[in-house]
Amino acid sequence: MDNFKLRFYNNFIADERWRYIVNGLSVTIRVTFFAALIGIAIGFVVAIIRSTYDKTGHLKVPNFLCEIYLTLIRGTPVVVQLLIIYFIVFGTVKIDKAFVAIVAFGLNSGAYVAEIVRSGIMSIDDGQFEAGRSLGFNYVQTMVYIITPQAFKNILPALANEFIVLLKETSVAGYIALQDLTKGGDIIRGRTFDAFMPLLTVAIIYLVMVMGMTAGVTRLERRLRNSDH
Amino acid sequence: MTTDSTLIKVINLEKHFAGGKVKALDGISTEMRKGEVVVVIGPSGSGKSTFLRCLNLLEVPTGGSILFENEDLTDRNVDINRHRQKMGMVFQHFNLFPHMTILRNMTIAPIKLQGKSPEEAEKYAMTLLERVGLGHRAGAYPSQLSGGQKQRVAIVRALCMKPEVMLFDEPTSALDPEMVGEVLDVMKSLARESMTMVVVTHEMGFAREVSDRVLFMDEGIIYEEGTPEQIFNNSQRIRTKEFLSKVL
Repeated sequence: MDNFKLRFYNNFIADERWRYIVNGLSVTIRVTFFAALIGIAIGFVVAIIRSTYDKTGHLKVPNFLCEIYLTLIRGTPVVVQLLIIYFIVFGTVKIDKAFVAIVAFGLNSGAYVAEIVRSGIMSIDDGQFEAGRSLGFNYVQTMVYIITPQAFKNILPALANEFIVLLKETSVAGYIALQDLTKGGDIIRGRTFDAFMPLLTVAIIYLVMVMGMTAGVTRLERRLRNSDH
Repeated sequence: MTTDSTLIKVINLEKHFAGGKVKALDGISTEMRKGEVVVVIGPSGSGKSTFLRCLNLLEVPTGGSILFENEDLTDRNVDINRHRQKMGMVFQHFNLFPHMTILRNMTIAPIKLQGKSPEEAEKYAMTLLERVGLGHRAGAYPSQLSGGQKQRVAIVRALCMKPEVMLFDEPTSALDPEMVGEVLDVMKSLARESMTMVVVTHEMGFAREVSDRVLFMDEGIIYEEGTPEQIFNNSQRIRTKEFLSKVL
């Protein structure tokens, strides 16, 4: 027992090492949150371009660019993308690492969000589209007022899952020496030569966050099922 | 010649699919006068729905022209959205917006497209809803309504834009038999108020009773046309007679 107390003291209290965990957690949450926002923005734009092309054959060139983006992002590991953006794209400028991580994970997430949103848009009956157009709405207005609100409702669970994955994926941010939650725990391990406590603490924090988000998604799904409209 | 009372003039309208192999519409010419009720009948696959959907360009014609208020809708430079605001459309499957209340279904287009204030749009929508006996369902969602109620809402949703013409695409075909009457009643009262209407339907009773003119379509052309009296009681052509003998 005394041994446990001593290890706890060494890992978290001495030299205020708990700060690595707390600060790391705040970085992880910030990066995840803003990357998710970027992912949603990119995802909706790409999805609308792609489904417009699917439905009407318009936007051929933008659709082609979107396809290149999707292929590149989904065809390479996120760590490699992160390293490329840090060392090559922003290689010559001094820049906040958290910003780089937000850009990299946002760009990555956007590709996955795009395909989720596109499946949502394509799942809406063509009659909805025709009803909107017949009232005099143009293509974009029909998308904004009629199609995407319905699509969004259908894809909310899949979208929430994507952000759970995103939260866990940000744990590779240590590759560019960004001190996120994982890196924070690893730094403590390096100082104390005690892997057990810091790494398990990190794991438990991720687990609690993921379980919280999952519980949120489950409740959301139930609410959406109940409201039939 | 286009006379003053002509609202829609269709000239040699064509709709070909698959590079011309399938001719859904093969040269249709006719016109609809203001206040006229035109019913389009014909066997399935005759092109009658395609014809109706071409009138507001939901289907893009591959040839010919459609003059609406003397403007050619098939002209690429025409703002079709502006004209569609004046052409209400009612679909077989209602196509109400399921994520909006009945009232919102009816007011979103007048508010967003005609710049109406929400109060003004809602007041007019409520008047129309009351008239079709659904004032008490204004706050409900489409999924809470019966088929007949949905279609009545779909009709008044289109009317909220104060259209010049109403296009009906088999408005009663997806309804249970006991609900057909309530929808036809709404359409009859519209006809009495001299709304211009183009109706694709299998309801021969409605065609007979309400229409000013009947178009019988077959194989992508208007095979025969005339007053209900001429078509139903005194048809001159063989395929019209055959069709009517099957459905009457």
